[in-house]
Amino acid sequence: MSVIPDSSTESPGATPGAVAPGRASRRNGLLRYGVPVLALLLLLAAVPLFADPFTANTLSRILVFALFAVSLDLLVGITGLPSLGHAAYFGIGAYTAGLVAIHWTSEAPVPVLMAAVTGAVAAAATGWLAVRSGGVYFLMLTLAIGELVAQLAQRLTGVTGGSNGLFGIPSVRVGGEPLTLAGLVYWYILVIAVLGFLGLWLVAYSPFGGVLRGIRDNEPRLRSLGYSPFRYKFVAFAIAGGFAGLAGGLLASLVRIVNPSDAGFTTSALILLAVVLGGAGTLWGPVLGAAVVVLVRDTFGPQLDGHGPLLLGIVFVVAVYVLPRGFAGLAGLFTRRQPSSRGAA
Amino acid sequence: MAGWFDANLVSILNGFAIGSLLFILAVGLSIVFGMMDVLNLAHGAFFLVGSYLAVTFVAGESWGGFFTALGVAALFGLLAGGALSVMTEPLARRPILDQALLTLGISLIVAEVLSIIYGNDVFSVPPPPGLADSVDIAGSSYPTYRLMLIGVGLVLALVVWLVVERTSIGALVRASVADREMVSAMGIDNRKVKFAVLGVGSLLATVAGVLAAPVYGARPGLDKTILLLALVVVVIGGLGSIRGALVGALVIGQVESLGRALVPDLASFILFGTLAIVLIVRPRGLFAGKVAH
Amino acid sequence: MTDSLLSLSGVGRTFGALKAVDDVTLDVPDGARHALIGPNGAGKSTLFKLITGQMPVTSGHVALAGSDITRLSEPQRARRGISQTLQHSSLFLTQTVLQNVLLAAQRRHGTRRSLVPRRQAAAQDRARGLLADVGLEQRADTPVAALSHGERRQVEVAVALACEPRLLLLDEPAAGMSPAESARLVELLRSLPESVTLVIVEHDLDVVFALATSVTVLHLGRVLLSGSPDEVRTSAAVQEAYLGTGRESLFLDGSGPAHLEVS
Repeated sequence: MSVIPDSSTESPGATPGAVAPGRASRRNGLLRYGVPVLALLLLLAAVPLFADPFTANTLSRILVFALFAVSLDLLVGITGLPSLGHAAYFGIGAYTAGLVAIHWTSEAPVPVLMAAVTGAVAAAATGWLAVRSGGVYFLMLTLAIGELVAQLAQRLTGVTGGSNGLFGIPSVRVGGEPLTLAGLVYWYILVIAVLGFLGLWLVAYSPFGGVLRGIRDNEPRLRSLGYSPFRYKFVAFAIAGGFAGLAGGLLASLVRIVNPSDAGFTTSALILLAVVLGGAGTLWGPVLGAAVVVLVRDTFGPQLDGHGPLLLGIVFVVAVYVLPRGFAGLAGLFTRRQPSSRGAA
Repeated sequence: MAGWFDANLVSILNGFAIGSLLFILAVGLSIVFGMMDVLNLAHGAFFLVGSYLAVTFVAGESWGGFFTALGVAALFGLLAGGALSVMTEPLARRPILDQALLTLGISLIVAEVLSIIYGNDVFSVPPPPGLADSVDIAGSSYPTYRLMLIGVGLVLALVVWLVVERTSIGALVRASVADREMVSAMGIDNRKVKFAVLGVGSLLATVAGVLAAPVYGARPGLDKTILLLALVVVVIGGLGSIRGALVGALVIGQVESLGRALVPDLASFILFGTLAIVLIVRPRGLFAGKVAH
Repeated sequence: MTDSLLSLSGVGRTFGALKAVDDVTLDVPDGARHALIGPNGAGKSTLFKLITGQMPVTSGHVALAGSDITRLSEPQRARRGISQTLQHSSLFLTQTVLQNVLLAAQRRHGTRRSLVPRRQAAAQDRARGLLADVGLEQRADTPVAALSHGERRQVEVAVALACEPRLLLLDEPAAGMSPAESARLVELLRSLPESVTLVIVEHDLDVVFALATSVTVLHLGRVLLSGSPDEVRTSAAVQEAYLGTGRESLFLDGSGPAHLEVS
């Protein structure tokens, strides 16, 4: 599936900083997208009221991986940097949140905030070389970084618990009270995940995001306009790492155990699959992709004797041929607008 | 100085043995990418197939078993590579990431199928009879099998060098790495070349898996570990360069062996550090540029 | 005597044994409309890249308004005021026409580093104004991928101008254009203020002679002749370089400036 999205599948009406002239069309845009989004949010918020804890738990898991996937989309779909090691920052965030909760405090939002910060810092520290290299080298360097972090997690047994994982993470606390009910944990995760999505959306549709798209589409041209692409790529990498760390922090508070594999290549590969399956560059497509990946691995997986990745692999291979732009590409077929034929030269 | 060598002779020799294996793996990966811009992330999974084939044919008990494993692995590798080349053909006009992702999906499938067939146990494979004992080298005893591996690596390096430098097929490979469109403009069917290169490259991966079984055994996750090492070798050496694959393999072999023996906690850092240093100094690898030799 | 805006001294670029550009010295005065012509293989494209910074020189110096920019990278030179349009339109295909021009305009009107969506009023106004100048304001919200070749060339020019350059380099801007489109291009370039100096690499001699105040002729990587359009037009050496023999009839007979029919 292509990581260069069709312009028809990107969220129309939300051009970088450019709002269509006239308040009427602005209101239209808000109505067209605001209302469904609001309805969706209300629906999501109401889930614990009518669903059982297991469903709430699964949805929580989906939200965590959706945030993780969208953070990767900023790199892959918007900037055009395919990373095979994004789980490194997810894992670092998860371990950070777990350690903070165990040794310091599990009062929200401290663990997840610390997780986001360490994710961003780790990304900034390691991303420099990868971003500088670009192309296939970027892919391989990020893979190496991911594996390095996973191996580190395995070796530093004293800190991370080694291959047994970091367990016994206390429940997150809000106002001093621990959240033990699945529904409450779900709400906590929903709030933070939605804030995270909002943050990523703002960055993607800011002028900075426009430059990132320019890098993806035509980096040489951007250089000739006076931009230094490295700086933008580097900042994008750090931001993506920060939001991945945030998602990792949420994972820690959800499952309350962190394993070295959460930072490893398999997790990175799965989340990249989620992004491309959903539709790279659209920001909302990867949410769907993440849902599919989580459902297949965690819900159908046990029915397949834990061989969920096999089904995922097959789905993915098929989708590469059939859905070149992921699920979001299908939506593009419905909403594709005909280019204006007025004023032809 | 000599004392240090003596004490670490085993590790250094291990480094060469690992280097041999990595060379066999990396050369296929590097040429395929250099020629075809196809990053075959299923390479590690093919290696794992070889490892498990060695288990099935009980390569450790007899030479017959060993050679059967090698033969079946070679056949599988050839077919798998050919299949890959056919599968990536419709994606030829898409960004190269798409092909890489396809191979990623395939690697997932292959790894899971192996896990279904063989379960999650860790298998070990003894070396074939006659190579199972050790040889005395400068006071240390060293497994004969690993010496053989070093030998095989050297022979292969020589063969590959001869083929690439001295035969017309080799000239074709070098030309394709340098300028693929030109080669196809000369009337040579790119698809056949791709088929052959992917076939031979994957064959090398599966054969390496069989050869490595007495050293690494067979277990889930080995494919990812070995893929990572092979990628590091290829990046250090320079994509498309056979000489680079050899040098890279020797370097990483020593890093893995000596590194883990001397400073086990820092070994992963040293690996990444080596990669980082090489790329800082030579952003495209040691023997950069799309030239295969 | 106006100072040179662009000054090349002894500039050369070799590829192994091949001297693509050999000891080129030329000065472009501030406000000039300078054309760079020459037969195929003369080294015009290479020289173009040496000036924009896409390719480093192997010898010589490049100076912009007196300061040496030889060691500066392409983005750095662009920030000093050099802008370019390319022979093969190089745009951001998935984005709209307006977004393309905005990417250039926002560099001069701030806000490009903003991490949150902004109205960017100043940059927007400038972008729309430029689109109106090139006649594409109706297509502002169309993805560039949907535009025709000629329209993309117009977007190229708008993007280059949005950078508010001091020196605008155009690589064969009229290539592939119909006579009507070329005429419109010439009008647009003519209307540019003197604060923008133009250097045009061009094959279409009608465009060159309609626009240029000075001309440099390159041949085999070296400067053959630098001078006014008339001097170049009547030079036997130039005709020989182009045609192999002197064929006056291929050039206008020198009785008046070239002009284009604007339909």
